[in-house]
Amino acid sequence: MFVALRDLRHARGRFTLMLVVIVLITFLVTFLASLTAGLSRESTSAITGLPADHLAFAMPEPGDEPDFTASSVTADQWRTWADASGVVSADPLGVATTRAQSATSTSSVTAMGIEPGSTLLPAGATELTAGTVLVSASAASDLSVRSGDVIDIAGQKLRVGAVLDTEASFAHTPVVWTTLEDWQAIGAPSNTATDDATATVVALTLDGSTHIADTDAAAGTATLTTAQARSAIGSFSSENGSLTLMQAFLMAISALVVGAFFTVWTIGRFGDVAVLKALGASTGYLLRDAIGQAVVVLVLGVGIGTALAAVAAALVAGAVPVVVATSTTLVPAVVLVLMGLAGAVLAIVRITRVDPHAALAAH
Amino acid sequence: MDLHLDHITLVYPDGDTTLTAVDDASLTVPAGTTTALLGPSGSGKSSLLAVAGGLTRPTSGVVRIGADVVFDPTTALATATRTRLEQIGIVFQAPQLLASLTALEQLELHAHLRGRRPATVEEQAMALLAEVGLADQAHKRPAQLSGGQRQRVAIARALIGAPRVLLVDEPTSALDHERGTHIIELITRLSRELGAATLIVSHDASTLGSVDGTVRMFDGQLEGATGGPVDAASLVRRPSR
Repeated sequence: MFVALRDLRHARGRFTLMLVVIVLITFLVTFLASLTAGLSRESTSAITGLPADHLAFAMPEPGDEPDFTASSVTADQWRTWADASGVVSADPLGVATTRAQSATSTSSVTAMGIEPGSTLLPAGATELTAGTVLVSASAASDLSVRSGDVIDIAGQKLRVGAVLDTEASFAHTPVVWTTLEDWQAIGAPSNTATDDATATVVALTLDGSTHIADTDAAAGTATLTTAQARSAIGSFSSENGSLTLMQAFLMAISALVVGAFFTVWTIGRFGDVAVLKALGASTGYLLRDAIGQAVVVLVLGVGIGTALAAVAAALVAGAVPVVVATSTTLVPAVVLVLMGLAGAVLAIVRITRVDPHAALAAH
Repeated sequence: MDLHLDHITLVYPDGDTTLTAVDDASLTVPAGTTTALLGPSGSGKSSLLAVAGGLTRPTSGVVRIGADVVFDPTTALATATRTRLEQIGIVFQAPQLLASLTALEQLELHAHLRGRRPATVEEQAMALLAEVGLADQAHKRPAQLSGGQRQRVAIARALIGAPRVLLVDEPTSALDHERGTHIIELITRLSRELGAATLIVSHDASTLGSVDGTVRMFDGQLEGATGGPVDAASLVRRPSR
């Protein structure tokens, strides 16, 4: 990149402008990726953090899309799963968003009802008994409660058994854990025909040999992986879909912007390219030189933008739901570099068509 | 090695018709000598030079350096580019220096194009800049040099690869008479020292006192081109004024 690097040094103003634009776009994309992941975590962490790999839903009508708010499984259904081959564990799980009130505060929470002693007991909890509630750290903060306090959840008075050092959210509300019996009293529907105890879903751990479709047919359920089950949370799909679409548009825009910059830059370099070709520079040399220049600008711009976004996200993490991780920083950075490079290459490839004789005569 | 232009014809499409820029021109320039190609605008001088440098393919005829055919109507672009890099030096009408490179880097570029580290030719490049009187301007960019200085850098750049053939297109067009004469003298001296067969296109005969011979071109044809090549070595040695 003999000529490319010296070009960058010589035309500092022009490349600084290009660099600033790339930094800004990268900052937007990376911050948006961190925000998307943070909002996703606030919406789904209670589900994705379950010690289970599948969830079985029972919808009112066969063929209905699985939905936590409409799903209701009976004892028969979870016993069908518990008895199926290849099922390591099958635990009923109740999920209901409701209102909680402490002595000083009121807040929305999601109550998750589990059988005492089941595999679904959250990390850090030792036991869960009737009349008690385990509270996540953010729920405790919202309700200003600590261990031993009494909170009213949808009319049920429950004593805080422990404040767990764990963050779990469902549809942007903090989670509290109760026994399944207490959860059913909070407001979960009962099967009035048989008075069977109900839950929302059956949380499953499978060993890979389970015939899921056959067991679903026998039990009258629809089973999803815990990752797929995120789409059964009402707000998640539309929220995540919108934010992901914004990221995709920004990445496409970055490719267009970089391509436009390099188109203008390349056209301005036609004279130099003609001279280089007349001096004996091969097309391969010219392409390597120009693409190398694009790589330097992109890597530098995306690197700076990513670093700034990561720092900004870390600074606002207390106030805004953001996740700073490889998936929200390095992955978007690599995609931006690749898309920017695609835009640049489409612009740069036109130098292969420069006729040195014609260009020099015109110059 | 001598430069041979054998029965070169160059025809351009011109709307519905064609334009013959060079018409069956043959010329031999001996190694180590400088020949000036004179003629009015539009006579085909620059077109003949472009064919000699492989910048455009002839419609018919061949270009030889010594006994080797280097350019003909079927020469591939990549082959012509490679030949220019390895055997031919070109000085353009305007110096055509790259704005971002210093005078030294303009010469080091040649090494880089040949896949060598520029530092390997630094000493040689500085010596050549000293030959053209610009050793103290080595680290200046074109914008910091005068027109004459830029032209001298361009001459040094054309010679850094020790080419067998040197092609020079109107080197004095932007210079006054005195500077133009000095430039021609510089080219002639260096060509002789390096043994390059040099062809200079010019429309100003008054600066050509130091060349070894002149050839005239009119309407695409070389003077004296009556079926045989014009041997520059046999021409009248002083150009008419």
